[in-house]
Amino acid sequence: MLEANSLAVVRGGRVVFAGLSFNLGAGQALVLTGANGAGKSTLLRALAGLVPLAEGELRWRGAAAEAEGPESRLRYLAHAEALKPGLSVAENLAFWASCWGGAVEPALEAVDLAPLAGLPARLLSAGQRRRLALARLALAPVPLWLLDEPTVGLDAAAITRFGALLARHRAAGGAVVAATHVPLPLEGAGELRLRGAA
Amino acid sequence: MIALLRRELLLAFRHPADTLAAMLFFLLVTALFPFGVGPAPEALARLAPGALLAAALLAALLPLDRLFGAEAEDGSLDQLLLSGLSGWEIALAKALAHWLTTGAPLLLAAPVAAAMLNLPEPAWGVAILVLGLATLFLSLLGTAGAALTLGARRGGVLLPLLVLPLAIPAMIFGAAGIEAAAGGVAVRPFLLLLGALTAAALPLAPLAAGAALRAE
Repeated sequence: MLEANSLAVVRGGRVVFAGLSFNLGAGQALVLTGANGAGKSTLLRALAGLVPLAEGELRWRGAAAEAEGPESRLRYLAHAEALKPGLSVAENLAFWASCWGGAVEPALEAVDLAPLAGLPARLLSAGQRRRLALARLALAPVPLWLLDEPTVGLDAAAITRFGALLARHRAAGGAVVAATHVPLPLEGAGELRLRGAA
Repeated sequence: MIALLRRELLLAFRHPADTLAAMLFFLLVTALFPFGVGPAPEALARLAPGALLAAALLAALLPLDRLFGAEAEDGSLDQLLLSGLSGWEIALAKALAHWLTTGAPLLLAAPVAAAMLNLPEPAWGVAILVLGLATLFLSLLGTAGAALTLGARRGGVLLPLLVLPLAIPAMIFGAAGIEAAAGGVAVRPFLLLLGALTAAALPLAPLAAGAALRAE
Protein backbone atom coordinates (compact mmCIF):
# COMPACT_ATOMS: atom_id res chain seq x y z
CA MET A 1 0.00 0.00 0.00
CA LEU A 2 2.67 2.47 1.08
CA GLU A 3 6.11 2.09 -0.37
CA ALA A 4 9.09 4.18 0.70
CA ASN A 5 12.25 4.07 -1.41
CA SER A 6 15.48 5.41 0.13
CA LEU A 7 13.89 8.46 1.74
CA ALA A 8 16.10 11.26 2.97
CA VAL A 9 15.14 14.45 4.76
CA VAL A 10 17.35 17.47 5.35
CA ARG A 11 16.28 20.04 7.95
CA GLY A 12 18.27 23.16 8.60
CA GLY A 13 21.25 21.86 6.62
CA ARG A 14 21.39 18.67 8.70
CA VAL A 15 20.59 15.24 7.35
CA VAL A 16 17.90 13.86 9.66
CA PHE A 17 17.86 10.44 8.03
CA ALA A 18 18.81 9.00 4.66
CA GLY A 19 18.41 5.80 2.68
CA LEU A 20 15.24 4.75 4.48
CA SER A 21 13.12 2.13 2.71
CA PHE A 22 10.14 0.09 3.81
CA ASN A 23 6.93 -1.44 2.56
CA LEU A 24 3.62 -1.33 4.32
CA GLY A 25 0.69 -3.47 3.26
CA ALA A 26 -3.00 -3.36 4.17
CA GLY A 27 -3.60 -4.22 7.82
CA GLN A 28 0.09 -3.97 8.66
CA ALA A 29 1.67 -1.83 11.32
CA LEU A 30 5.13 -0.33 11.58
CA VAL A 31 6.54 0.94 14.84
CA LEU A 32 9.27 3.59 14.67
CA THR A 33 11.72 3.53 17.53
CA GLY A 34 14.94 5.36 18.22
CA ALA A 35 16.48 7.90 20.55
CA ASN A 36 15.18 11.45 20.91
CA GLY A 37 16.04 13.39 17.80
CA ALA A 38 16.56 10.27 15.69
CA GLY A 39 13.98 11.55 13.22
CA LYS A 40 10.82 9.62 14.12
CA SER A 41 8.53 12.65 14.07
CA THR A 42 10.22 14.03 10.97
CA LEU A 43 9.67 10.73 9.17
CA LEU A 44 5.99 10.80 10.09
CA ARG A 45 5.68 14.40 8.87
CA ALA A 46 7.48 13.46 5.66
CA LEU A 47 5.09 10.54 5.16
CA ALA A 48 2.20 12.97 5.65
CA GLY A 49 3.72 15.29 3.04
CA LEU A 50 4.27 18.11 5.52
CA VAL A 51 8.07 17.98 5.20
CA PRO A 52 9.68 17.86 1.76
CA LEU A 53 11.83 14.86 0.87
CA ALA A 54 15.41 15.68 -0.07
CA GLU A 55 15.75 12.35 -1.80
CA GLY A 56 13.83 9.18 -2.43
CA GLU A 57 10.31 8.45 -3.43
CA LEU A 58 7.06 7.78 -1.67
CA ARG A 59 4.57 5.63 -3.55
CA TRP A 60 0.96 5.02 -2.64
CA ARG A 61 -0.82 2.07 -4.24
CA GLY A 62 1.67 2.07 -7.09
CA ALA A 63 1.42 5.77 -7.93
CA ALA A 64 3.28 8.82 -6.63
CA ALA A 65 1.92 9.63 -3.18
CA GLU A 66 0.99 13.23 -4.06
CA ALA A 67 -1.36 11.99 -6.77
CA GLU A 68 -4.09 11.45 -4.19
CA GLY A 69 -5.09 14.19 -1.74
CA PRO A 70 -4.08 13.60 1.89
CA GLU A 71 -7.63 13.93 3.23
CA SER A 72 -8.84 10.62 1.80
CA ARG A 73 -5.51 8.83 2.29
CA LEU A 74 -4.18 9.47 5.77
CA ARG A 75 -4.66 10.92 9.23
CA TYR A 76 -1.75 12.38 11.15
CA LEU A 77 -1.78 12.44 14.94
CA ALA A 78 0.90 14.87 16.11
CA HIS A 79 2.24 15.84 19.52
CA ALA A 80 0.20 19.01 19.36
CA GLU A 81 -3.45 18.16 19.79
CA ALA A 82 -4.76 20.94 17.49
CA LEU A 83 -7.60 21.80 19.87
CA LYS A 84 -9.15 25.23 20.24
CA PRO A 85 -9.60 25.93 23.97
CA GLY A 86 -12.55 28.25 23.31
CA LEU A 87 -14.62 25.59 21.56
CA SER A 88 -16.42 22.73 23.25
CA VAL A 89 -15.30 19.12 22.85
CA ALA A 90 -18.06 18.45 20.31
CA GLU A 91 -17.43 21.73 18.42
CA ASN A 92 -13.72 20.96 18.10
CA LEU A 93 -14.50 17.60 16.57
CA ALA A 94 -17.41 18.88 14.48
CA PHE A 95 -15.09 21.19 12.56
CA TRP A 96 -12.87 18.29 11.51
CA ALA A 97 -15.93 16.19 10.76
CA SER A 98 -17.00 18.90 8.32
CA CYS A 99 -13.64 18.54 6.56
CA TRP A 100 -13.36 14.77 6.55
CA GLY A 101 -16.90 13.50 6.98
CA GLY A 102 -17.99 11.13 9.72
CA ALA A 103 -20.19 11.65 12.73
CA VAL A 104 -19.14 13.35 15.96
CA GLU A 105 -21.13 11.26 18.47
CA PRO A 106 -19.75 7.80 17.63
CA ALA A 107 -16.22 9.18 17.45
CA LEU A 108 -16.58 10.64 20.94
CA GLU A 109 -18.05 7.32 22.14
CA ALA A 110 -15.00 5.51 20.76
CA VAL A 111 -12.69 7.46 23.08
CA ASP A 112 -15.19 7.65 25.96
CA LEU A 113 -15.59 11.43 25.80
CA ALA A 114 -19.31 11.52 25.00
CA PRO A 115 -20.31 12.67 28.53
CA LEU A 116 -17.98 15.68 28.18
CA ALA A 117 -19.21 16.73 24.71
CA GLY A 118 -20.43 20.15 25.89
CA LEU A 119 -17.37 21.01 27.97
CA PRO A 120 -14.96 23.71 26.69
CA ALA A 121 -11.72 22.07 25.56
CA ARG A 122 -9.67 24.34 27.82
CA LEU A 123 -11.04 22.44 30.85
CA LEU A 124 -9.81 19.04 29.64
CA SER A 125 -6.94 17.22 31.33
CA ALA A 126 -3.88 16.23 29.29
CA GLY A 127 -5.15 12.68 28.85
CA GLN A 128 -8.59 13.88 27.82
CA ARG A 129 -7.08 16.27 25.29
CA ARG A 130 -5.14 13.32 23.88
CA ARG A 131 -8.32 11.27 23.65
CA LEU A 132 -10.09 14.09 21.82
CA ALA A 133 -7.19 14.17 19.33
CA LEU A 134 -7.56 10.39 18.95
CA ALA A 135 -11.27 10.85 18.28
CA ARG A 136 -10.32 12.51 14.98
CA LEU A 137 -8.99 9.12 13.83
CA ALA A 138 -12.39 7.57 14.53
CA LEU A 139 -14.31 10.12 12.44
CA ALA A 140 -14.13 8.71 8.93
CA PRO A 141 -12.13 5.65 7.83
CA VAL A 142 -8.92 6.29 5.87
CA PRO A 143 -6.33 3.66 4.90
CA LEU A 144 -3.28 5.07 6.71
CA TRP A 145 -2.78 6.35 10.25
CA LEU A 146 0.44 8.17 11.15
CA LEU A 147 0.70 8.33 14.93
CA ASP A 148 3.30 10.29 16.87
CA GLU A 149 3.51 8.82 20.38
CA PRO A 150 -0.23 8.22 20.48
CA THR A 151 -0.45 6.93 24.06
CA VAL A 152 1.28 9.81 25.86
CA GLY A 153 -0.83 10.81 28.85
CA LEU A 154 -3.39 8.03 28.43
CA ASP A 155 -4.48 5.87 31.38
CA ALA A 156 -4.70 2.06 31.16
CA ALA A 157 -8.40 2.05 30.29
CA ALA A 158 -7.90 4.60 27.53
CA ILE A 159 -4.99 2.60 26.09
CA THR A 160 -7.22 -0.51 25.98
CA ARG A 161 -9.91 1.47 24.14
CA PHE A 162 -7.26 2.86 21.77
CA GLY A 163 -6.07 -0.73 21.19
CA ALA A 164 -9.60 -1.67 20.14
CA LEU A 165 -9.70 1.33 17.80
CA LEU A 166 -6.38 0.24 16.25
CA ALA A 167 -7.53 -3.39 15.91
CA ARG A 168 -10.73 -2.30 14.14
CA HIS A 169 -8.76 -0.03 11.80
CA ARG A 170 -6.37 -2.84 10.89
CA ALA A 171 -9.12 -5.45 10.55
CA ALA A 172 -10.72 -3.13 7.98
CA GLY A 173 -7.46 -3.17 6.00
CA GLY A 174 -5.94 0.00 7.46
CA ALA A 175 -2.21 0.44 7.96
CA VAL A 176 -0.48 2.17 10.87
CA VAL A 177 2.89 3.85 11.25
CA ALA A 178 3.52 4.84 14.85
CA ALA A 179 6.48 6.47 16.57
CA THR A 180 6.82 5.48 20.20
CA HIS A 181 9.04 4.95 23.21
CA VAL A 182 6.59 2.65 24.99
CA PRO A 183 4.96 -0.60 23.86
CA LEU A 184 1.81 0.04 21.83
CA PRO A 185 -1.26 -2.20 21.53
CA LEU A 186 -0.21 -3.21 18.00
CA GLU A 187 0.08 -6.97 17.51
CA GLY A 188 2.50 -8.27 14.94
CA ALA A 189 3.89 -4.85 14.13
CA GLY A 190 7.19 -4.52 12.30
CA GLU A 191 9.86 -2.35 13.85
CA LEU A 192 11.95 0.29 12.15
CA ARG A 193 14.79 1.55 14.29
CA LEU A 194 15.98 5.04 13.44
CA ARG A 195 19.56 5.80 14.40
CA GLY A 196 19.71 9.27 13.01
CA ALA A 197 22.45 10.38 10.65
CA ALA A 198 24.73 12.49 12.82
CA MET B 1 -13.84 26.58 3.57
CA ILE B 2 -17.17 27.85 4.88
CA ALA B 3 -16.67 25.57 7.88
CA LEU B 4 -13.26 27.13 8.57
CA LEU B 5 -14.73 30.63 8.27
CA ARG B 6 -17.53 29.64 10.64
CA ARG B 7 -15.01 28.23 13.14
CA GLU B 8 -12.95 31.44 12.99
CA LEU B 9 -16.01 33.60 13.63
CA LEU B 10 -17.15 31.36 16.48
CA LEU B 11 -13.68 31.59 18.06
CA ALA B 12 -13.66 35.39 17.68
CA PHE B 13 -17.12 35.51 19.23
CA ARG B 14 -15.92 33.44 22.21
CA HIS B 15 -12.82 35.62 22.63
CA PRO B 16 -13.96 39.14 21.71
CA ALA B 17 -10.86 40.74 23.28
CA ASP B 18 -8.95 40.92 19.98
CA THR B 19 -11.81 42.66 18.20
CA LEU B 20 -12.35 45.10 21.05
CA ALA B 21 -8.61 45.79 21.29
CA ALA B 22 -8.46 46.76 17.61
CA MET B 23 -11.50 49.05 17.96
CA LEU B 24 -10.13 50.74 21.07
CA PHE B 25 -6.70 51.13 19.50
CA PHE B 26 -8.30 52.81 16.49
CA LEU B 27 -10.29 55.21 18.66
CA LEU B 28 -7.33 56.00 20.92
CA VAL B 29 -4.99 56.78 18.03
CA THR B 30 -7.55 59.10 16.43
CA ALA B 31 -8.16 60.68 19.84
CA LEU B 32 -4.44 61.46 20.16
CA PHE B 33 -4.40 63.66 17.05
CA PRO B 34 -6.41 66.56 18.50
CA PHE B 35 -3.97 66.66 21.44
CA GLY B 36 -0.96 66.81 19.18
CA VAL B 37 -2.28 69.12 16.48
CA GLY B 38 -4.34 71.37 18.71
CA PRO B 39 -8.10 71.70 18.75
CA ALA B 40 -8.34 74.09 15.74
CA PRO B 41 -11.23 72.58 13.72
CA GLU B 42 -9.75 73.46 10.30
CA ALA B 43 -6.38 71.90 11.05
CA LEU B 44 -8.06 68.71 12.29
CA ALA B 45 -10.39 68.47 9.31
CA ARG B 46 -7.38 68.81 7.02
CA LEU B 47 -5.68 65.90 8.76
CA ALA B 48 -8.76 63.75 9.21
CA PRO B 49 -8.69 61.59 6.02
CA GLY B 50 -5.07 60.51 6.40
CA ALA B 51 -5.31 60.07 10.17
CA LEU B 52 -8.45 57.94 9.92
CA LEU B 53 -6.91 55.63 7.35
CA ALA B 54 -3.53 55.33 9.06
CA ALA B 55 -5.17 54.56 12.39
CA ALA B 56 -7.50 51.97 10.84
CA LEU B 57 -4.69 50.21 8.97
CA LEU B 58 -2.50 50.07 12.08
CA ALA B 59 -5.41 48.78 14.18
CA ALA B 60 -6.19 46.05 11.64
CA LEU B 61 -2.52 45.09 11.67
CA LEU B 62 -2.58 44.28 15.40
CA PRO B 63 -4.00 40.73 15.37
CA LEU B 64 -2.30 39.71 12.12
CA ASP B 65 0.83 38.09 13.51
CA ARG B 66 -1.32 35.58 15.45
CA LEU B 67 -3.34 34.77 12.35
CA PHE B 68 -1.32 31.68 11.49
CA GLY B 69 1.02 31.72 14.49
CA ALA B 70 -1.63 30.39 16.86
CA GLU B 71 -2.64 27.71 14.35
CA ALA B 72 0.96 26.62 13.84
CA GLU B 73 1.65 26.41 17.58
CA ASP B 74 -1.31 24.24 18.54
CA GLY B 75 -0.84 21.91 15.56
CA SER B 76 -4.03 23.00 13.79
CA LEU B 77 -2.13 24.24 10.77
CA ASP B 78 -0.71 20.78 10.02
CA GLN B 79 -4.17 19.30 10.30
CA LEU B 80 -5.63 22.05 8.10
CA LEU B 81 -3.02 21.32 5.43
CA LEU B 82 -4.10 17.66 5.57
CA SER B 83 -7.79 18.51 5.68
CA GLY B 84 -8.30 18.57 1.93
CA LEU B 85 -8.53 22.37 1.86
CA SER B 86 -6.02 23.87 -0.53
CA GLY B 87 -3.64 26.50 0.75
CA TRP B 88 -5.47 29.38 -0.90
CA GLU B 89 -8.78 28.27 0.60
CA ILE B 90 -7.28 28.30 4.09
CA ALA B 91 -5.76 31.73 3.42
CA LEU B 92 -8.95 33.20 1.95
CA ALA B 93 -11.04 31.95 4.88
CA LYS B 94 -8.47 33.42 7.26
CA ALA B 95 -8.40 36.77 5.44
CA LEU B 96 -12.19 37.07 5.36
CA ALA B 97 -12.43 36.10 9.02
CA HIS B 98 -9.78 38.70 9.87
CA TRP B 99 -11.73 41.38 8.03
CA LEU B 100 -15.05 40.40 9.59
CA THR B 101 -13.60 40.38 13.10
CA THR B 102 -11.26 43.39 12.84
CA GLY B 103 -11.96 45.50 9.75
CA ALA B 104 -15.74 45.47 9.89
CA PRO B 105 -15.97 46.41 13.62
CA LEU B 106 -13.71 49.40 12.89
CA LEU B 107 -16.46 50.70 10.61
CA LEU B 108 -18.76 50.86 13.64
CA ALA B 109 -16.19 52.99 15.45
CA ALA B 110 -15.49 55.12 12.38
CA PRO B 111 -18.26 57.74 12.95
CA VAL B 112 -16.93 58.40 16.47
CA ALA B 113 -13.39 58.74 15.15
CA ALA B 114 -14.58 60.97 12.29
CA ALA B 115 -16.36 63.24 14.77
CA MET B 116 -13.26 63.50 16.95
CA LEU B 117 -11.23 64.55 13.91
CA ASN B 118 -13.89 67.03 12.78
CA LEU B 119 -14.35 65.39 9.41
CA PRO B 120 -17.22 67.22 7.64
CA GLU B 121 -20.39 65.20 8.05
CA PRO B 122 -21.19 64.77 4.33
CA ALA B 123 -17.91 62.83 3.96
CA TRP B 124 -18.73 60.24 6.65
CA GLY B 125 -20.47 57.84 4.31
CA VAL B 126 -17.56 57.84 1.89
CA ALA B 127 -15.11 57.57 4.78
CA ILE B 128 -16.81 54.39 6.01
CA LEU B 129 -16.84 52.93 2.49
CA VAL B 130 -13.15 53.78 2.02
CA LEU B 131 -12.20 52.32 5.40
CA GLY B 132 -14.12 49.15 4.55
CA LEU B 133 -12.28 48.68 1.27
CA ALA B 134 -8.89 49.66 2.67
CA THR B 135 -9.14 47.30 5.65
CA LEU B 136 -10.25 44.46 3.34
CA PHE B 137 -7.18 45.20 1.20
CA LEU B 138 -5.01 45.10 4.33
CA SER B 139 -6.61 41.85 5.54
CA LEU B 140 -5.73 40.21 2.23
CA LEU B 141 -2.19 41.61 2.08
CA GLY B 142 -1.68 40.89 5.76
CA THR B 143 -2.72 37.27 5.35
CA ALA B 144 -0.03 36.83 2.70
CA GLY B 145 2.45 38.62 4.98
CA ALA B 146 1.49 36.49 7.97
CA ALA B 147 1.92 33.31 5.94
CA LEU B 148 5.33 34.46 4.67
CA THR B 149 6.66 35.48 8.10
CA LEU B 150 5.33 32.35 9.80
CA GLY B 151 8.19 30.61 11.51
CA ALA B 152 10.52 33.60 11.14
CA ARG B 153 12.05 34.89 14.34
CA ARG B 154 10.63 38.31 15.20
CA GLY B 155 7.85 37.69 12.68
CA GLY B 156 5.77 40.26 14.55
CA VAL B 157 8.21 43.01 13.58
CA LEU B 158 8.81 41.73 10.07
CA LEU B 159 5.11 41.62 9.24
CA PRO B 160 4.39 45.40 9.37
CA LEU B 161 7.66 46.08 7.53
CA LEU B 162 6.49 43.78 4.77
CA VAL B 163 2.82 44.76 4.63
CA LEU B 164 2.62 48.49 5.33
CA PRO B 165 4.70 49.65 2.32
CA LEU B 166 2.41 47.60 0.09
CA ALA B 167 -0.60 49.32 1.66
CA ILE B 168 0.61 52.78 0.56
CA PRO B 169 -1.52 52.81 -2.64
CA ALA B 170 -4.65 52.11 -0.60
CA MET B 171 -3.60 54.93 1.74
CA ILE B 172 -3.16 57.41 -1.14
CA PHE B 173 -6.40 56.63 -2.99
CA GLY B 174 -8.40 56.20 0.20
CA ALA B 175 -7.32 59.47 1.79
CA ALA B 176 -7.77 61.31 -1.51
CA GLY B 177 -11.28 59.87 -1.78
CA ILE B 178 -12.31 61.04 1.70
CA GLU B 179 -10.77 64.45 1.02
CA ALA B 180 -12.67 64.68 -2.26
CA ALA B 181 -15.91 63.87 -0.45
CA ALA B 182 -15.16 66.52 2.21
CA GLY B 183 -14.39 69.09 -0.50
CA GLY B 184 -17.41 68.19 -2.60
CA VAL B 185 -15.38 66.90 -5.57
CA ALA B 186 -16.13 63.69 -7.52
CA VAL B 187 -15.33 60.67 -5.33
CA ARG B 188 -15.94 57.92 -7.86
CA PRO B 189 -12.44 57.69 -9.46
CA PHE B 190 -10.76 57.22 -6.08
CA LEU B 191 -13.26 54.61 -4.95
CA LEU B 192 -12.85 52.77 -8.25
CA LEU B 193 -9.06 52.72 -7.89
CA LEU B 194 -9.32 51.50 -4.30
CA GLY B 195 -11.85 48.90 -5.40
CA ALA B 196 -9.54 47.77 -8.19
CA LEU B 197 -6.66 47.32 -5.72
CA THR B 198 -8.86 45.22 -3.46
CA ALA B 199 -10.22 43.22 -6.37
CA ALA B 200 -6.67 42.45 -7.54
CA ALA B 201 -5.61 41.39 -4.04
CA LEU B 202 -8.66 39.16 -3.61
CA PRO B 203 -7.28 36.30 -5.72
CA LEU B 204 -3.54 37.12 -5.61
CA ALA B 205 -2.96 37.42 -1.86
CA PRO B 206 -4.62 34.10 -0.92
CA LEU B 207 -2.68 32.34 -3.69
CA ALA B 208 0.62 33.76 -2.38
CA ALA B 209 -0.33 32.95 1.20
CA GLY B 210 -1.35 29.42 0.27
CA ALA B 211 1.96 28.79 -1.48
CA ALA B 212 3.83 30.15 1.55
CA LEU B 213 1.90 27.88 3.92
CA ARG B 214 2.70 24.84 1.80
CA ALA B 215 6.38 25.73 1.69
CA GLU B 216 6.60 25.97 5.49
